[in-house]
Amino acid sequence: MTTASLRDPAAATAELQALARRIRLHALLMTSRGGTAHIGSVFSMADIVATLYGRVLKVDARNPSWPERDRFILSKGHAGAGVYAALAESGFFDPKLLEQHYTNGSRLSGHVSHKGVPGVELSTGSLGHGLGIGCGMAYAARLSAKENRVFVLMSDGECDEGSNWEAIHFAGHHRLGRLTAVVDYNRIQSLKPTEETLGLEPFADKWRSFRWEVREVDGHDHAALAEALTIESDSHAPPICVLARTVKGKGVSFMEDSVLWHYRIARDAELEAALRELGAQE
Amino acid sequence: MRSAFVRRLMQSAAKDPRIVLVTGDLGFGVLDEFEKQFPRQYLNAGVAEQNMTAVATGMALEGRIVFTYSIGNFPTLRCLEQLRNDTFYHEASVKVVSVGGGFSYGQLGMSHHATEDLSIMRALPGVVICAPGSAYEADCLVDDLIKRPGPAYLRLERSAPDFTDQAPPPCEFGRARQLRDGTACTLIATGGIVSEVIAAAALLDQQGMSCRVLSMHTLKPIDASAISAAAIETGGICTVEENSILGGLGGAVAEVCLELSQRPRRFKRLGIQDRYTSIVGDQAFLRRAVGIDRDSIVQSVRALVS
Repeated sequence: MTTASLRDPAAATAELQALARRIRLHALLMTSRGGTAHIGSVFSMADIVATLYGRVLKVDARNPSWPERDRFILSKGHAGAGVYAALAESGFFDPKLLEQHYTNGSRLSGHVSHKGVPGVELSTGSLGHGLGIGCGMAYAARLSAKENRVFVLMSDGECDEGSNWEAIHFAGHHRLGRLTAVVDYNRIQSLKPTEETLGLEPFADKWRSFRWEVREVDGHDHAALAEALTIESDSHAPPICVLARTVKGKGVSFMEDSVLWHYRIARDAELEAALRELGAQE
Repeated sequence: MRSAFVRRLMQSAAKDPRIVLVTGDLGFGVLDEFEKQFPRQYLNAGVAEQNMTAVATGMALEGRIVFTYSIGNFPTLRCLEQLRNDTFYHEASVKVVSVGGGFSYGQLGMSHHATEDLSIMRALPGVVICAPGSAYEADCLVDDLIKRPGPAYLRLERSAPDFTDQAPPPCEFGRARQLRDGTACTLIATGGIVSEVIAAAALLDQQGMSCRVLSMHTLKPIDASAISAAAIETGGICTVEENSILGGLGGAVAEVCLELSQRPRRFKRLGIQDRYTSIVGDQAFLRRAVGIDRDSIVQSVRALVS
């Protein structure tokens, strides 16, 4: 965030847009080079991750274990390429390291890993693990009277996991106001649309009935996301669920809203076309 | 044993505010005093073991030393992947406590028999495993587990005779405790079944067969030198566990012996055969039913060394 952008909301949004575009470009190249899936899932959440790292999260790239930092957990670990990219862009490590994603001997596994990767709070990959740990972190922060917040970014398909509902139940009961769950609600899971698999609707009502405050937002609108992710500092308020309506594969026309790009790897002409759409030549 | 654990944990919690006890809605009448004295160090996570383990891990990653508490297989198998991926992989200081090892809750049925937990937990990297054989050993090990950073599994009996209270030798983490010496055979046991083994050894002694008895209260890391010495110095090794014979204490001892090329002259694993136990009975009854009670141990040892 530059000084100019702090004064000028339009400039701030432009910065987040540029960050999101760079995250998408990195991730596209990482998954294409490494030959790994889930680019649609990364594109879906790229604007959320850009808003978190570019605006919301209080973290220090020079001191990744700063005790007062906000905690960020990527519970949808399969989109790890997007978080690695965001961390590299935020100065946690040299973007050159991204070239090693998914390669033999690398630290950057397909699902997000904390081992030897500065800034990654938690290794995930099996779905339904992040939110419960976020609950524990928020509960511990309350016991220590710390001001930090805990953010957990989840997928919609992930909400099929019963463990999430245990965590949602817990956080609502304990009014973990510094815990924020962000759901990347792109309505497509591994094989089919969520509604055809295990329908989540009425999704917002489910969270509300578990005593959460729900903020529904366009998950590609940086200004709206930034507003939804901002809270008054009250550790005993209800936890917040930001239900971010997104488009899977967002940013590359032929990947958008398609289950195919949960697994397909962009190569050759498709890669060229995707790079062009993301403005790689600029 | 359960009371000894809670008593010791309360003493430690009074001195160390990092200690937190998280229960999965169990411990009726046993945890009340802890909750009363340390309300900020006590949490009932409800009947939700996956989340209990996740919450404990999150708190441990924030610098707490967290004990999760439940019975039977609930704090282990029910949330096994949370333990593997979250607690153990992240080296979080979560000490998993299961009250009711083996057939402690025998009559409640197969769901409540913790009879494979030792084998399954042993296979997972990054966790130490303790199954004390008496209240005294449980009391000693709690402090060790608090001092050691990282995850642990503590398997407790619901109740166990305090037969070794105040008696030497002291109980040290990672070192087998020799409760009796002899030459005919070494009986190595882990957990509450140690009491049956002690009784069996006394009976064997009366019959002219002196046995060494080792309480392997720390199953992982296992005390290889005590096993090796037993293989060299005594007439054979018989392991006894209230756990599947596959992959638990017996397997661990056999692995040590073969890999150290200290093959015992005779070797026998006593434990629960590769099947579930559906007959109804209390702990003593079920131990007899599967052949790990005092008299069965005596018979097996006599058959082994004669």
